[in-house]
Amino acid sequence: MNFNLLYHIGRYVMLLRQAFSKPENWSMYWKETMRQMEDIGIGSLVIVALISIFMGAVAAVQFSYQLDGTLVPQYYIGYIVRDLAIIESAPTITCLVLAGKVGSNLAAELGTMRQKEHIDAMDLMGVNTAAYLILPKLIAALVMIPLLVTISAYVAIIGGYLSTVPTGALSGDDYERGLRAFFQPRNVTMMYVKAVVFAFILTTVPIFQGYYVKGGNIELGKASTNAVVFSNILILLADYLIAVLLTG
Amino acid sequence: MIIAENIIKRFDEQEVLKGVSMEFLPGKTNLIIGRSGAGKTVFLKILVGLMEPSSGKVWYDKVDFFSLNKKQAREIRLTVGMLFQGSALFDSMRVEENVRFPLDMFTNLSLAEKNKRVDFCLERVGLTGAHKKYPSEVSGGMQKRVGIARAIVMEPKYLFCDEPNSGLDPRTALLIDELIQDLTYENNMTTIINTHDMNSVMEIGDNIAYLHEGRLAWQGSKDQVLSSDNELLQGFIFASPFLQRLRAAALKTS
Repeated sequence: MNFNLLYHIGRYVMLLRQAFSKPENWSMYWKETMRQMEDIGIGSLVIVALISIFMGAVAAVQFSYQLDGTLVPQYYIGYIVRDLAIIESAPTITCLVLAGKVGSNLAAELGTMRQKEHIDAMDLMGVNTAAYLILPKLIAALVMIPLLVTISAYVAIIGGYLSTVPTGALSGDDYERGLRAFFQPRNVTMMYVKAVVFAFILTTVPIFQGYYVKGGNIELGKASTNAVVFSNILILLADYLIAVLLTG
Repeated sequence: MIIAENIIKRFDEQEVLKGVSMEFLPGKTNLIIGRSGAGKTVFLKILVGLMEPSSGKVWYDKVDFFSLNKKQAREIRLTVGMLFQGSALFDSMRVEENVRFPLDMFTNLSLAEKNKRVDFCLERVGLTGAHKKYPSEVSGGMQKRVGIARAIVMEPKYLFCDEPNSGLDPRTALLIDELIQDLTYENNMTTIINTHDMNSVMEIGDNIAYLHEGRLAWQGSKDQVLSSDNELLQGFIFASPFLQRLRAAALKTS
């Protein structure tokens, strides 16, 4: 078991090392990066907006219920929704969802390419497949996922507004006052640190699972499932470590 | 010319290739035949450099392939084309983009020059109106043709074909065989075909190597197949009673 774990970690590191090589042709890599940006970024926009609006809305409604009848001022709802969105829900929940959507897609795409001999075909042509198939996806994810997380944070705050202000649970001024209260810029830094780290995890782990698939459809299904499960576990672990390191 | 020298390949305890040595000549269609599990695919993958042998050498015109560094191996690879069993066309790319891919990746030609070369290759394999189609929109036979066009687009010295006829009807299979043979003669390529299609053996087998349980059991040309007294070969090629009767009749006539 321990040997297996070390073996897989070693292979993962070796694969990443191979991926960071000089491209054979910059324009081909650029074209592929643009395609991946569209897939990962534009393709995930709707799902990210949808979960974010509900995360913000549910957080606001729950806190409104919890604070009702207490001495804590109502405008705190805006403050809590903002910090919850920036620190936790926008980077972590969004990336957990993206690990499912983007991660399983990457593992399945590469696994299918392996099974259909596309990777062998590229290897044979002299293409550094680890670089051509990984680098554009990784760059696209590192650029697009922080942008998606930013959008998620804004949409969650809008969700909080929509679920409390029009329903009369809170006035618009109070919500805005909460959003402006106790703001700490380092929380935004933490959000982007998390976004970049999680983007790296949710791209490279599924790529590793897909790139080395052996066997048939059952193995491909397993690789896709493993990609999501391992990405989620590593994201949560990284979330904890970042929280300890950046708030300690 | 490609020479395989005493190739041995083991997977854990199992020895799949047990010291295979062969020469593959330029300007000839060299066929590797054998039953399923005889080690043909492993041998082809070793020849093409996708798999390393446990021991033995593969020579590409006096260059020992497995002693090369990555950069040198890439130079050799640029002179190799391969048609895969399932064609291995990239699903997200159109036919013309698939054929152009090696040119895009490895040459500095202008788009017009690349397209001219793509047009030539597609025309040569008999596909003139399929440029804009995706692989999923063309038939299995057409996919093989696209695969061949992509394999020859860089004007390779060596062409490898893994089961080029699998999944094709006999008529289309024959056309693919003829196409590969014509291209081999036209360009003086060293062509190596992995097959268990007996029509291919009898039609285009300039140099045939029969692998049996990881060993080279027989080598000769298609003209020598009928008269060979190698029992393993005869048992493989004339496996059915019908073919055995045909062989007997052919020998009687000759």
